[in-house]
Amino acid sequence: MSWFKDWTWPSRLQDKGIIGMNRRNIRYIGRYNSRRLYPLVDDKLKTKLLAQQYGITTPQLIGTVSTQFGVKHIGDMLTGHNGFVIKPAKGSGGKGILVIEKVVDNQFVKPSGAHLSLEDVERHVSNILSGLYSLGGSPDVALIETLINFDESLMAYTYEGVPDIRVIVFKGYPVMAMMRLSTAASDGKANLHQGAVGVGLNIATGEALRGVQFDRPCFSHPDTGHDLASLVVPQWDTLLNLAAGCYEMTGLGYLGTDMVLDRQHGPMLLELNARPGLAIQMTNGEGLRRRLDLIERQPDGVSAAKRVAFAQHHFARKSELVETPDTVTASA
Amino acid sequence: MSRLPFYIIVGLLLVAGIATSVHRHLQFEIPWVPGEQRQVWEVEAVINFNAQNGPVEVDLALPSHQKGFRVLTENTASSGYGLAYQADELGRQAQWTIREAAGSQQLYYSVQMLVSPDARPPVQVPPGLTSATPWESPYDSAASQLIDRAWSRSANNATFARELILDVNGERQGENARLLLTQETPSALIVRLLNQAGVQAREVSGLVLEDGRRRQSLSSWIQVFDEPANEWALFNPVTGEQGQPDNLLLWETGGRAVLEVQGGTNSRVSFSMLTHHQPASAAVRNHYSEDTLINFSIHSLPLEEQALFQTILLIPIGALVVVFLRVLVGIKTSGTFMPVLIALAFIQTTLPTGLIGFLLIVSVGLIIRNYLSYLNLLLVARVSAVIITVIAIISIFTVLAYRMGLSAGLTVTFFPMIILAWTIERMSILWEEEGPKQVLIQGGGSLLTAVLAYLAMNNPWVRHITFNFLGVQLILMALILLLGNYTGYRLLELRRFKPITDDEKPS
Repeated sequence: MSWFKDWTWPSRLQDKGIIGMNRRNIRYIGRYNSRRLYPLVDDKLKTKLLAQQYGITTPQLIGTVSTQFGVKHIGDMLTGHNGFVIKPAKGSGGKGILVIEKVVDNQFVKPSGAHLSLEDVERHVSNILSGLYSLGGSPDVALIETLINFDESLMAYTYEGVPDIRVIVFKGYPVMAMMRLSTAASDGKANLHQGAVGVGLNIATGEALRGVQFDRPCFSHPDTGHDLASLVVPQWDTLLNLAAGCYEMTGLGYLGTDMVLDRQHGPMLLELNARPGLAIQMTNGEGLRRRLDLIERQPDGVSAAKRVAFAQHHFARKSELVETPDTVTASA
Repeated sequence: MSRLPFYIIVGLLLVAGIATSVHRHLQFEIPWVPGEQRQVWEVEAVINFNAQNGPVEVDLALPSHQKGFRVLTENTASSGYGLAYQADELGRQAQWTIREAAGSQQLYYSVQMLVSPDARPPVQVPPGLTSATPWESPYDSAASQLIDRAWSRSANNATFARELILDVNGERQGENARLLLTQETPSALIVRLLNQAGVQAREVSGLVLEDGRRRQSLSSWIQVFDEPANEWALFNPVTGEQGQPDNLLLWETGGRAVLEVQGGTNSRVSFSMLTHHQPASAAVRNHYSEDTLINFSIHSLPLEEQALFQTILLIPIGALVVVFLRVLVGIKTSGTFMPVLIALAFIQTTLPTGLIGFLLIVSVGLIIRNYLSYLNLLLVARVSAVIITVIAIISIFTVLAYRMGLSAGLTVTFFPMIILAWTIERMSILWEEEGPKQVLIQGGGSLLTAVLAYLAMNNPWVRHITFNFLGVQLILMALILLLGNYTGYRLLELRRFKPITDDEKPS
């Protein structure tokens, strides 16, 4: 039964505390995320404005385009900016995000090295406005943000794209975290299902626990070849506090926060997700169930700093990447 | 947050759905499986009489639901006559009336009777004993002797009736019987004697059904009320045999005249009959029934609307398949219920034609859509252009198929064009953003779901059940609600999360 070896039993997933799509939808998203709060996170512009109110740092906004008429003026808006990101305000799953690393001779260069003309950029913005990437195809707004100069310490772990950090925040407690490293396979995008490497992070320290590409374990970056075991996210406590603060900001109980580390500004909030995916369990090699159950038993009204301390204390783990070599080969 | 109200609702839906379905099955004998053949008798009664240049009133007894038979439909033909159906506890009657009629008149009544072994007569009321008219001398002593003789040799009402019939009609016929028969017909005499002995009995008229017979008349039978069983027992007035033959249709059981004509002479009624078999579902469609709220049925709609509903009532089945595949299996589709619409189109086109047509339209559409993306159009305009493209593709394929003599190609027009256009648009974007692999996964998922939904919706049994039992919709609703409450793993997650469980092996 060769094809059968790819499958497991529900009881074994249960033992691991893995949460399935159905349980996530009913038990956590349905119960803790009030529908009326969705627009706050589904519209990146609203999130950005709200974050500014709450003192949470976000990438600097160059401008917005909200009418097809405005598309013609995009060239003027972009002059003087060497690197920028264009994204749909209501996009999901990284769809419609265009990253321009630099501008050479009026040609816009993507991280992959591909050149785009101004016309191409305009068409992209026009597509965004007509709702091509938005949920339900509703008309949308295009945001143009400055390119993030991500922290040098992470440079070796990524290929072309910006590595971002996803923290699942449940009732204000950071419960699980991972870093997503873009690869050649993922075309510079940090989407796991497109082939980015996911690295589970120790909530206590920000150190790498385990690496996964295409849902299968991996131990070094496939393109740069850099060992993942040495990966540590700097300013980890600041980052966790930032993530935990998003609970007060949005009121959403089950939240995925996407963050980046900027060279000058430190941890910055990129976007929020009211329906965070389950791949984080793969990268951590652990189910969310036990952690969520523990948090559900905690009282409400605890301050963000205390919540972070609680999570760091209870969810600390040992890295699987720096274990004895024979175990590594056994699981490889 | 208690889930109790949820389970109560689901429970109520299930109970209501099952109860109404079982009710329809029992009450109207709608079978659970299609294709069952039912025997139907068509009986035509012709009334002939000579009208006498004046008002005419004709009363004809009509058959009712009874043991072994069910009334499906009935029709009359009688030009110029007013017609009314009447029913009381003694039975049903048709009454024709006209102000003035002359000469030979013909009235027609035809009824379709469904042969159904489980059919039961309505309610059995023990009748009051009709006071027997006293006999004159010397008949009184002959009557009491007959009664005494039969009484002493019998044990109960039924055997008493049998003995009496044999004494009056059989080889044992004695002088007493012959004397009394000068006064009454055999059947009437037997009933009168039975009544005199305190046994409830009546004379009824029945029709012996034989295929293709014409100009038949009703025969006389005797019913005796059987006290312990609380029902009427039927006796052959000639042989004394008890029990109703399978081919005997009781036409009149109230003890009244079968035909009464006022204002006419020479009246008589004759019967012709033939039998045929028809599918049970068709027999059900012709069902003669009083439509109450409980008997709520789409069979009361005109045929055209019924055909429409047949399709509409299948959509929940398709929805159930989609919910099942998405919630329990975890298949990705492009557009949640797009597969159901494609499956509906497959029903019209048949599966192979549908699959080929769908793949052709979508792949050609994708190529053209790919070119459209270079034109840098606004979304709505581009999708509209794709719609027109889809229509053009469908037209070309249809004409080509027709030229090549493939009439199956003509059915491609049943595809929902707007849905196809959106599918092409979504697939195209998916291709650009995630690559052809995702297009294959989602397109394949959609197609697989559509095929499974088609197989479910095109199943004759499913079509029969959804069309004939509206209560099934409530059951489907309950099932979908239950699936919406499922928090367990999806089948494909057992594969997706497999690597996590591998780690335990080394330790």
